[in-house]
Amino acid sequence: MDIIKTDNLTKKFNDLTAVDNISFSVKKGEIFGFLGPNGAGKTTTIKMLTTLLHPTNGSAKISDFNIVKDRDKVRKNIGVVFQEPALDTELTGGENLDYHARMYGIGRNKRKTRIEDVLHLVDLEDKRDVFVKNYSGGMKRRLEIARGLMHYPNVLFLDEPTLGLDAQTRRAIWEYIKKMNKEEGTTIFLTTHYMDEADYLCDRVGIIDHGKILVIDSIENLKNSVGNDVITLSCSDLDGLIKRLEKEDWIENIERHESLLTLGVEKGDEKIPVIIEISQSQNIQIKSISVRKPTLDDVFLHFTGRTIRNQETADIKIPPRFRSRMG
Amino acid sequence: MKAAEFQAIYVMWLRQMKRFIRSKSRLVSTIVQPLFFLLILGSGFRVATFEGVNDYLSFLAPGIVTMAILFSSMFTGISVLWDKQFGFLQEVLVAPISRFSIIIGRTLGGATVALIQGVIILLIALGLGVEISGVFGLLLTLVFMILIAFTAVGFGLVIASKMEDFQGFQLIMSLLIMPLLFLSSAFFPVTANPTMKTIAIFNPLFYMVDGLRGSLVVNVATVNHPLLDLLVVVVMCIIMMGAGSYLFSKSEV
Repeated sequence: MDIIKTDNLTKKFNDLTAVDNISFSVKKGEIFGFLGPNGAGKTTTIKMLTTLLHPTNGSAKISDFNIVKDRDKVRKNIGVVFQEPALDTELTGGENLDYHARMYGIGRNKRKTRIEDVLHLVDLEDKRDVFVKNYSGGMKRRLEIARGLMHYPNVLFLDEPTLGLDAQTRRAIWEYIKKMNKEEGTTIFLTTHYMDEADYLCDRVGIIDHGKILVIDSIENLKNSVGNDVITLSCSDLDGLIKRLEKEDWIENIERHESLLTLGVEKGDEKIPVIIEISQSQNIQIKSISVRKPTLDDVFLHFTGRTIRNQETADIKIPPRFRSRMG
Repeated sequence: MKAAEFQAIYVMWLRQMKRFIRSKSRLVSTIVQPLFFLLILGSGFRVATFEGVNDYLSFLAPGIVTMAILFSSMFTGISVLWDKQFGFLQEVLVAPISRFSIIIGRTLGGATVALIQGVIILLIALGLGVEISGVFGLLLTLVFMILIAFTAVGFGLVIASKMEDFQGFQLIMSLLIMPLLFLSSAFFPVTANPTMKTIAIFNPLFYMVDGLRGSLVVNVATVNHPLLDLLVVVVMCIIMMGAGSYLFSKSEV
């Protein structure tokens, strides 16, 4: 069953098209991720799906409720964790959760037990009566995730859930996300520009760039669709080897990274002996050689022609006041 | 209206109250500042004679009460900007509650805070020997205080919807609110100067101060009958609250 379904969803800010005719669906119970660089239109999509922005064109349904016509019903069915923290820091963690539950019409007794439950889920039981301004960045994120779950949403939206957190905390957040997907059966829609995050968490990933979805598929299929293995090697004469290998048409791409060479090939393990043979015939000594499956990085590179890192430094032209809305 | 809407109003109100009580510096500054005005201006100008003013402290007290409520309520309206910048507004806006409830709750919260401050200053003024007119006058004073609070919250909301940051707020305070306050007869009667008297007719703050003064204290002459002032203030309140909630409901995050 499709819990989110969009149909040519579009959002324009003046003459900038942030989200461009996207259509996709998310199945009940899955973790679905939007992967793309900053400014790709991820946050704008989330803001439309969570009823904060009106689509310029197209429509979307969540649990069969239209995001424009049945806003209140949509809102009841979703939980949201925004990119920037959206907590009241002058209140305690418990108060933040309690106020949230009240706004969603949860009764007194249920509120109490639910607060315990969600705090337990994110290991914040002992911080309930601490003011949020005294929380660390990771604790705030966890509290927000807990808050997003308070009212038993069908779908939880997570906008860049681990942005700006250290490696350890990111891991922990990932575990919480997996846990609530499993234990509460919550469908999760997340956006990220971290490859490893999408790789670790998502059942299916949509790659989005310049407001358009380039491809949607399971991680496994995406990696397979790149259709090749990556061979990394180092040797005594890189330039000489490159010159020789350029003549071989079974090598799809050759890239030089300082003292390393990466080759995109089919059936990498069978190609290793061939490469060694060629280099020996040229009197070039191979120092190391390895073959690996492509990562999401390679997938992104394949579909967009750029790595995410390149994209960020080259930053696209967005009027400054819209910059914070996108991403 | 659904139960969740009442809960939402209550939550918005409660949040304002908790923040107010917990913010010691705000509590102190909002009481101490008007107190300084009362004590220093009050004792400094006590020897001066103004036409129609038998007791300067009685003249000044309603002005200071108005000022305190005005500043406090405007701050509440403006603090929407805070919530916008710190993201909390989004959390409220994705909740299944109407924006109208959010406005009502916030306004009630801001008005309650402002009223508490106003009443404290009123009590201090009474302690300093200001004579008041009676029970009916006191009730009318309360009505004025509530209306002033609502009007100022509405005005704050208007500014908050139209501005991106706090620098603009500072500008509006020093270029608009302070001059209007000086020309409102809060600190001295404007009747002696014909130009000022003309300006006062177009000054919304004038009707607030004049009305509050007319209903609260004796020994002091006012320009208009308090009920006429009341009428003007009611109209302004409706306009400001209407504009404030309209602009807030239209604003996108």
